[in-house]
Amino acid sequence: MIRYIRWCAYFCALLLAALLANLARVQVWESAAYGANPANKRPAIERYAEPRGDILVDGRPVTGSRDSGQLLRYERTYTNGPLYAPVTGFSSQTYGTSFVERAEDQVLSGTDPGLSAFPLWYELSRGRPAGGNAVTTVRAAVQQAAYAGLAGKRGAVAALDPATGKILALVSSPSYDPAVLSGTGTKVKDAWTALNADPARPMLNRALRETYPPGSTFKIVTAAAALDAGVVTDVDAPTRTPDPYPLPGTSTLLPNAGTGCEDASMAEAVQWSCNTVMAKIGVQVGLRGMVEAARRFGFNGGEGLRVPSWVSRSNFDTDMSQDQLALSAIGQFNTKATPLQMAMVAAAVANGGEVTYPYLVERTTQDDGSQVRRGDRRSLGRAMNPATALRMQELMVNVVENGTGRNAAIPGAVVGGKTGTAQHGVGNAGTPYAWFISWAKAEGAPLPQVAVAVVVEDASAHRGDISGNGAAAPIARAVMEAALSG
Amino acid sequence: MSALTAKVAEPAPPPPPGAGAPKRRGVELTLLTGAVLISVLGHLYVGLATTGRIPGPATRYAAGLSAAALLAHLAVRIRAPYADPLLLPIAVLLNGLGLVLIQRLDVTTPGHLTAGDQLLWSALGVALFVLVVALLRDHRVLQRYAYLSVAVSLVLMLIPVFFPAVNGAHIWIRFAGLSFQPGEFAKILLAVFFAAYLAANRTALALTGRQLFWKLRLLPGRVLGPILAIWLLSVGVLVLERDLGTSLLFFGLFVIMLFTATGRIGWIAIGLLLAALGAYAVGTFEPHVHSRVDDWLNPFASIERGEGPGQLAQSLFAFGAGGLLGAGLGHGQSFLIGFAAKSDFILATAGEELGLVGLAAILLLYGLLVARGFRAALALRDPFGRLLATGLASIVALQVFVIAGGVTGLIPLTGMAMPFLAQGGSSVVTNWIIVALLVRLSDSARRPRPGKEPAE
Repeated sequence: MIRYIRWCAYFCALLLAALLANLARVQVWESAAYGANPANKRPAIERYAEPRGDILVDGRPVTGSRDSGQLLRYERTYTNGPLYAPVTGFSSQTYGTSFVERAEDQVLSGTDPGLSAFPLWYELSRGRPAGGNAVTTVRAAVQQAAYAGLAGKRGAVAALDPATGKILALVSSPSYDPAVLSGTGTKVKDAWTALNADPARPMLNRALRETYPPGSTFKIVTAAAALDAGVVTDVDAPTRTPDPYPLPGTSTLLPNAGTGCEDASMAEAVQWSCNTVMAKIGVQVGLRGMVEAARRFGFNGGEGLRVPSWVSRSNFDTDMSQDQLALSAIGQFNTKATPLQMAMVAAAVANGGEVTYPYLVERTTQDDGSQVRRGDRRSLGRAMNPATALRMQELMVNVVENGTGRNAAIPGAVVGGKTGTAQHGVGNAGTPYAWFISWAKAEGAPLPQVAVAVVVEDASAHRGDISGNGAAAPIARAVMEAALSG
Repeated sequence: MSALTAKVAEPAPPPPPGAGAPKRRGVELTLLTGAVLISVLGHLYVGLATTGRIPGPATRYAAGLSAAALLAHLAVRIRAPYADPLLLPIAVLLNGLGLVLIQRLDVTTPGHLTAGDQLLWSALGVALFVLVVALLRDHRVLQRYAYLSVAVSLVLMLIPVFFPAVNGAHIWIRFAGLSFQPGEFAKILLAVFFAAYLAANRTALALTGRQLFWKLRLLPGRVLGPILAIWLLSVGVLVLERDLGTSLLFFGLFVIMLFTATGRIGWIAIGLLLAALGAYAVGTFEPHVHSRVDDWLNPFASIERGEGPGQLAQSLFAFGAGGLLGAGLGHGQSFLIGFAAKSDFILATAGEELGLVGLAAILLLYGLLVARGFRAALALRDPFGRLLATGLASIVALQVFVIAGGVTGLIPLTGMAMPFLAQGGSSVVTNWIIVALLVRLSDSARRPRPGKEPAE
């Protein structure tokens, strides 16, 4: 019997070995796959187990965390949600994250390895450092001015510091309160459905994600291209342009909104926003020259900008006939730009021709404020020669002082600007978009401190550059005033 | 040359009379102190990790556990001084760890606190342990009650049929707010019966019977008949009650004990074959079992159907989340498993929070307990004692394998309680009685035989 008892014992040992081997399979080999299974709630539970770090504007948090007592415990709160929604985006247990909430998610949720001096310790202890903060470049006063200016209208504002690329304001109107998307449950689902069904599209970040025909504001790009290419050497020389201007190779006549454009100089053409002159100059620069100039300003960026949220690609067609090129040179045809891109155009002029990479997150910090990473000034290259930039500054100042952009003038400051009215829709039937791009420097300051692009979608039906000046320029002025007084 | 060999082979001088095998009660006390200490520290750790405070009843818990361990130790010291010193400490440690895990799960299910009940049941278990060790002076007494045992065990198994099913199985009886699984006790009684019957009829079973072919001889029906009938009856009742785990356990127990008694491996093979056919039939035609088998073959099917993870998938997720080192006591999410987290799936919590390392340690503790049972079986001299020790050790081993294999996806899941670890009163009490019997058997095994010289 002894022998058989031994065999039974061996059999039990075999069972134990099988158990241990299978456990090793489940807990070591399959562990990662189980963790990655979308039905496994653990990652979500862990993610929301601690309060999320905050997004800061002017050093003060515009976000918060609330203990919901639910499985996914901490939910996001927003102070002044609609004002900062285009910056913060939302953070939702149900719908994920967007904008800075998404771009800096690792820091905010505490999973960024930079949050700990000893990442290995957290690896071993299975703990997690407290969520870090994202300090934005946005300035509350500038943001407020832009938001107040757009109140009741559809549109967007992007404001930059031209020298550094810091984004000072990013506003989209109408906006929404991202707080309604925090958490789980039917209320959140209903809010999401309602926001998506709203024809005004409140969740669309128009400053970064919507592209508009830039209209006459694009003439700044065309003028700079002409000066750099030597097509125009004297901005005050007459250009011998007929009014209306027959588009090359067609019988279509391109008109002007106002009068006095016949045979005008480029300076006058910018001042009064002459379509005819700028279209002709664009054709003279040629397709390759125009495409190259637009690219240098940031159009057609292959991978698109990241600020750190991705920005829609602004477009200037690379394959066009002469008449299409003429229309594109005045910001029509297929030319499309985000408000941020047009703010970069104004900033390039203000910054002596250099385009700085726009960025929204000044730095990320640990819970205690010590720095994790900082967003640095980066150059995107040179859009035009410094001499061209100086000449363009003069032209833009002239627009505000003597031309179509008088509504942007600020006493005691140098302001350069350009109006725009973009036709769109089938047969240009849509209400035109009113544009204004500008920059400003306080009297005595060495460099312009702010560049702005404003677009108002539902501008009153006054055609021509009047609407850019009427609807968009006052908003730009308020934004620039707020930036200069800071 | 032969003289030299003879000299070497000469046995060591016999120990002086009265000394016998070392008693090792001091070792037992030291190990017990360690087991109590680990459990109390685990209790404190769970409190600190989940609520940030030392749990309120910590002092009572520590005092209760120490008192229980001390009482059990005194009973062994007085009544079974030669008992194996590992058995009691392993039982105390496993029971203590079980209480820690249940207390930890109580934190996430505040509406359904069970640690208190489990503590009471454990106390009752220890009390019965003391009672068995104190009153049962010689295990051979049990041999006399073989037929009484089998009668009582069949009655116990049949009772739940008359009570409403709980979670699809007719294995509980509810009485005065307490729920109870009589089948748990039946397994000890059945082991006693098998051991007694096989010990009495061993020779007839091993040597008689008509030759079929080669070495295979038909077992004599007169001897095999009664035991086969009882075994079939018990398994039949269990299948009727849908207690698959216990029917699997009874089948395994019967085969192991029959093999130990007769050494007939051919019959075991035929038994296994028949069992496999039966299992296949049940697994195909019985919907309750069929779904268990489906779950085992594809634990994530419900996720693919969009119904969310089932219990087994959640259990696997929990084990996976534990990884090698575990999330730490109180830091896991095993409550996601749902209602059986404290009972059938308690190992998932251990796996998630203690990791592969902790779980392997727990399984090795069971392995050690079983090994010590077999060791007693080997050292015992009477066939009944050997068979009983083998049977009891096998019960523990099979239970651990069936439930641990089930929750980790090694075999289809059958509801059963992890000995000592899982929440469940009848299970804890029964396992304490098993350990008490093993203590008694090991004491007999290691006790020096009076008046008999060690060497022949």
